[in-house]
Amino acid sequence: MALVLTEEQTLLRDSARGLIGEKAPVAHMRKLRDDKDVTGFSRDLWRTFAEMGFCGLLIPEDHGGSNLGFVEAGVVMEEIGRTLMPSPFFSTAVLGASALSRGGSGAQRKEFLPKIADGSLIATLAVDEGAKHRPVKTRMQAVRSGNGFRLNGAKALVVDGHVADLLIVAARTSGAPGERDGLTLFLVNPKSRGVAIERTTMVDSHNAARIEFKDVDVTSDGVLGEVDQGGALLEGILNAGRATAAAEMLGIGEEAFTRTVTYLKERKQFGKLIGEFQALQHRAAHLYTEIEITRAAVLKALQALDADYGKAGFAVAVAKARAGTTTTLAVQEALQMHGGAGMTDAFDIGLFMKRARVCQELFGDANFHADALAQSKQY
Amino acid sequence: MTASIDTFRKETRAWLEANCPPEMRKPMTREDDTYWGGRNATYSSEPQKVWFERMRDKGWTVPHWPKEYGGGGLDGEEAKIVRQEMAAIGARLPLVSFGISMLGPALLKYGNDVQKKEHLPKIAAGLIRWCQGYSEPNAGSDLASLQTRADSDGDEFVITGQKIWTSYANYADWIFCLVRTDFQAKKHDGISFVLFDMASKGVSTKPILLISGKSPFCETFFDGVRVPKSNLVGTLNRGWDVAKYLLQHERAMISGMGERGGGRPLGQVAANAIGVDDKGRLDDSVLRGQIASFEVDEAALAAAAERAVDLAKAGQAHPAFSSAMKYYGTELNKRRHELLMSAGGIDALEWESSRSHEGHAARSWLRTKANSIEGGTSEVMLGIVAKRILDLPGA
Ligand SMILES: Cc1cc2nc3c(=O)[nH]c(=O)nc-3n(C[C@H](O)[C@H](O)[C@H](O)COP(=O)(O)OP(=O)(O)OC[C@H]3O[C@@H](n4cnc5c(N)ncnc54)[C@H](O)[C@@H]3O)c2cc1C
Repeated sequence: MALVLTEEQTLLRDSARGLIGEKAPVAHMRKLRDDKDVTGFSRDLWRTFAEMGFCGLLIPEDHGGSNLGFVEAGVVMEEIGRTLMPSPFFSTAVLGASALSRGGSGAQRKEFLPKIADGSLIATLAVDEGAKHRPVKTRMQAVRSGNGFRLNGAKALVVDGHVADLLIVAARTSGAPGERDGLTLFLVNPKSRGVAIERTTMVDSHNAARIEFKDVDVTSDGVLGEVDQGGALLEGILNAGRATAAAEMLGIGEEAFTRTVTYLKERKQFGKLIGEFQALQHRAAHLYTEIEITRAAVLKALQALDADYGKAGFAVAVAKARAGTTTTLAVQEALQMHGGAGMTDAFDIGLFMKRARVCQELFGDANFHADALAQSKQY
Repeated sequence: MTASIDTFRKETRAWLEANCPPEMRKPMTREDDTYWGGRNATYSSEPQKVWFERMRDKGWTVPHWPKEYGGGGLDGEEAKIVRQEMAAIGARLPLVSFGISMLGPALLKYGNDVQKKEHLPKIAAGLIRWCQGYSEPNAGSDLASLQTRADSDGDEFVITGQKIWTSYANYADWIFCLVRTDFQAKKHDGISFVLFDMASKGVSTKPILLISGKSPFCETFFDGVRVPKSNLVGTLNRGWDVAKYLLQHERAMISGMGERGGGRPLGQVAANAIGVDDKGRLDDSVLRGQIASFEVDEAALAAAAERAVDLAKAGQAHPAFSSAMKYYGTELNKRRHELLMSAGGIDALEWESSRSHEGHAARSWLRTKANSIEGGTSEVMLGIVAKRILDLPGA
């Protein structure tokens, strides 16, 4: 498989870029922020996403999707990154769709997947609990009770958790925090008794929530996959999220970089364009190189997921780690090279920095993934 | 397409399995593990000879060159498969040479028919070893200011001047050389690209000792060397075009040094050398983190190298991209050897002993410092990216 986009993928990119560039430039996100919009994203645009087939990219055709792949999902995520568009695409079309199509029973797939594809259902994954992403350390409890389970615990950084219609929750049905086995995934209706959702306003003004579960009852129909064996399913869903989040970060980093190169060609000091200073030229050239290498790593991970979902872990860890460091560098350099202008709220660069910080933490930062790589290689 | 490609992969795998001697699948630890070819070449072992001859007979010393020039006639996708399958079993390159990685591509593009028929098959078959006469004492990064002169005399050029840092000039049979043929024109417009035999009268070389304790390169002197004008490649005074094109290939090749090839992953090397704690983690937690980040970057570079080839095939490559890759690959390779030295600790400090393969770790570490100098320095690469890719003013 060649490490370049196919013609169809390029067309998809162009149409996503066209739509997002027109309907959701950075000003769109800024307005949602300034208006303190209660939804935090545009439902109209989400419907348009559904009409264009974006919501069902990862959903089989017999459930209303287009059965494309992770490369395609990554293409859309990269464009979302470019304009910082708040959208349930990640929570729903990537995480929700992956979870249900990989782990869902016939009935679960039939119930939820068509609704994700047509844009009428927002789903999300509730996994993190502590300050850092440590899925193996999950402590949230699910204890057998009656014909189902009773859930107790708390989740954080639940993307779009404040508007979700379906929560996919990782909880421990056996074993102790730190053990790989003993995790189970549950489908939870957020309106269930005992679920308390607090929308958390984050540094990036995107949408997330903290969710508390107090004696929440879930019937056995709500179990996604096998009891106690949810670890592998969860890891797969997380990998789908990590690789596509890396694609979003690539979009963020590249856009910040492009804007910076433009600025280097406009801003004058000492009677010269600042882009004439070799100190800045070399830093820009270094950043360009980092971004291009990360672009290859991200595409490699997305292709790896499409080729063999269960064996993509290494490529995904590399991509998310690279995206973490590269995009962090990109937004830092962008801000510095814009001088004082970069520090102002009116200027967009700061928004890229804020979003990049959140994406870095999302499903494991660069350190987490480098560590995972070292563990997998036994050192 | 995919069916025939799958068949090709299977056949390639089977052929390599049957033909690559086990000794040629081990990481290289000695200088003479690399076979360079040439008039005076000797093999360091029987397996080296067997492996070279089998690959040569199949045209796979240069899998993607046309068959008429001794290549394998493979397309981009097939050549990639050969590379991948060789890497999968850790097979060494059967022949390494500047003819393959530098002059060949330039001749394929700029050489005339006679030149191609004369030189390419001898490169593919490892009969002639080439060296590169670019740098001069006062023309390093500013290569186009070179002063070695070629005066016209009938059908011949008469060449006088000095080159420096000419790698393996003392072992080479022929040289591809940049000379000034017009002293009035602007510096880039008076350079020509010529080929000549190092056995010609008036050529002499003097080895230079490096910090690695080896002398892989020389000062090279030309004193009235007579070269037939038919050995001019491309157009008179347009040698800079050929020179730059060749440098793209040289840079891609040097960037490839950042890839591990057949060697063991750094993390494993370190775990063996330093040991692991009761959780199976390297017994130096800071080094462990550094190695892990390194391995992330190493994998990303490998993906980028693969993508560079695929982009070229799709006609989407930027011609200056090899400069970005050269920069990153060489800086990465320097990092690898710093980490290897750290992982090796005291053991990596030995300079002369068979236990240390004659100081292989230390000498390799020192050798890699040249990676970001040879073929154009890192600073020069960044300048090229700034100018040609980012189009920054005054770069
Ligand atoms: C191991 C090795 C093998 C080699 N093999 C060959 C060979 O086979 N054939 C051959 O022809 N040459 C060969 N070279 C020479 C090599 O190409 C030159 O060393 C290289 O181009 C740098 O030139 P220089 O050594 O004169 O350094 P200089 O050009 O003097 O550079 C000194 C320093 O100044 C910096 N610098 C220079 N110009 C700029 C600028 N514009 N902006 C910012 N910084 C700048 C450089 O980056 C460097 O850090 C080899 C070199 C090495 C080390």
